[in-house]
Amino acid sequence: MNVTTRPALLDIEAIRAEFPILQQQVRGRTLVFLDSAASAQKPRAVIGAMVQAMETQYANVHRGLHWMSERTTEAYEGTRDAVARLLNAPDRHEIVFTRNSTEAINLVAHSYGRGVLRPGQAVVISEMEHHSNLVPWQMLRDAHGIELRVAPVTDAGELDMAALEALLADGKVGLVAITHMSNVLGSYTPAERIAALAHAHGARVLFDGSQAIVHRRVDVQALDADFYAFTGHKLYGPTGIGVLWARRELLEAMPPFMGGGDMISSVTWERSTWAEVPHKFEAGTPAIIEAIGLGAAIGFVESVGYEAIAAHEAALTEHALARLSAIAGVHVLGRAQDRGGVVSFTLDRAHAHDVATLLDRQGIAVRAGHHCAEPLMRRLGVDSTARASFGIYTTQAEIDALAESLLRVREFFA
Amino acid sequence: MFDDLRDLYQEVILDHGRRPRHGARLAAFDASAKGDNPMCGDRVQVFVRHDGGRIGEVGFEARGCAISIASADLMAEVAAGCSDAEIHDLAQRFRELARSGAAAGDDAAIERLRPLAGVHEFPSRVKCATLPWHALLAALDGKGEASSE
Repeated sequence: MNVTTRPALLDIEAIRAEFPILQQQVRGRTLVFLDSAASAQKPRAVIGAMVQAMETQYANVHRGLHWMSERTTEAYEGTRDAVARLLNAPDRHEIVFTRNSTEAINLVAHSYGRGVLRPGQAVVISEMEHHSNLVPWQMLRDAHGIELRVAPVTDAGELDMAALEALLADGKVGLVAITHMSNVLGSYTPAERIAALAHAHGARVLFDGSQAIVHRRVDVQALDADFYAFTGHKLYGPTGIGVLWARRELLEAMPPFMGGGDMISSVTWERSTWAEVPHKFEAGTPAIIEAIGLGAAIGFVESVGYEAIAAHEAALTEHALARLSAIAGVHVLGRAQDRGGVVSFTLDRAHAHDVATLLDRQGIAVRAGHHCAEPLMRRLGVDSTARASFGIYTTQAEIDALAESLLRVREFFA
Repeated sequence: MFDDLRDLYQEVILDHGRRPRHGARLAAFDASAKGDNPMCGDRVQVFVRHDGGRIGEVGFEARGCAISIASADLMAEVAAGCSDAEIHDLAQRFRELARSGAAAGDDAAIERLRPLAGVHEFPSRVKCATLPWHALLAALDGKGEASSE
């Protein structure tokens, strides 16, 4: 498992220099940030774009007839173009800005779920969903008479495709809503196969791309997806801005999610008519500065390149799995063939929270708990795990630091 | 390496966290409640048996970190023999201890709980220590559930 023989496609020191926070000391030590799957750090390009917008060209969008509003609208709408390019969406009008993935999925559950799906139809999710792709469907089930079906994961932590197919067999499923990459196990799901299977049984398919889009190129046309949701803050962008991509004909058929300004065509006391997509789904003043920041984040990721990112993170993941698996008492969850830079583990005789507190004392930030995926925790037979997750700026030395610190944590609880 | 953590993880906490003496459901009990910390997934259920107007025995089933297990175990230990009113008073002083590091009184019960005072320096862990007490109070007050929120 010699990872040093891989070609160096990514200048890690140059990338780290773009992230001011990585110079910070925590508890007297240089920060080792292994919690990017919860939220990633921000490069200067993002910070600078947001500051520059506020300092030089800020006004509300889509309504001002003045120079400032026009410039701001251009920058805001420029991010829509950047997202369309990022996802290889055929039409920029298919990009809806939301607050985050959670809001994007709630939008679909509300507008597609109540507006298009009919009582008696079913929605399929998987056992490894984040609560954000689970609770909205439970709410739809309870409010609208939709059946909720759950596709199991195998002991290896992969989606059980045969079981998924069986759940689709009766033709009642209207939508398959599944993560593209587990935030707990790091497993990718075979999105193209899922989409083909769903379509073969007359169902639409939504992917929660919150994790996947950080680590590999997503092409919604190649996947043949119908809906794709992601959030800006995990992709090195700011909080408060997320994206729903959906096929235009689906967006056209869906009623609005929220009512208000910016989403109407005309309003009288008797009735209102809706703006064209995507504005029909963007009620109220949007997260303008955050959208501009997301545009900068996409530019940053594209300048590094997904090929380099994927190679870098594959090497890190391989290294982490090797180092952690070699520690007696440490158990890595899942052994999916196709997995990315998220590694959950437990340590014998120590609870994940205690592990995280002791790692924190050594300047290492990991997540501990149920990772907003309680049903998956029960499926895996654990209460909680510690999770190390990697980003574009993570180094092998940081993973070595984690492994060495875990030895000391193990000793502490021996 | 972890010298500064010895305040949080004192030997008594590691010991009771690892081998709780009262970590089981009571065969007979007259009050019980669950406690839940939705943020981290810690859960505890406490069982109380009264004997002649005082608490005879407390047991618990829990999943959680060393701090929460040790806190539940020490709580069960000091609760035996107390009246419900004394438990309310002690719970209030313990919450103060967990939040600020100091608590009024020098009775044997609060002294026994004092090793948990170190959590006050770890804001994200205070609830680990107080959760079992929320559950005990809920049991005594006849509420089925408590939350650390």
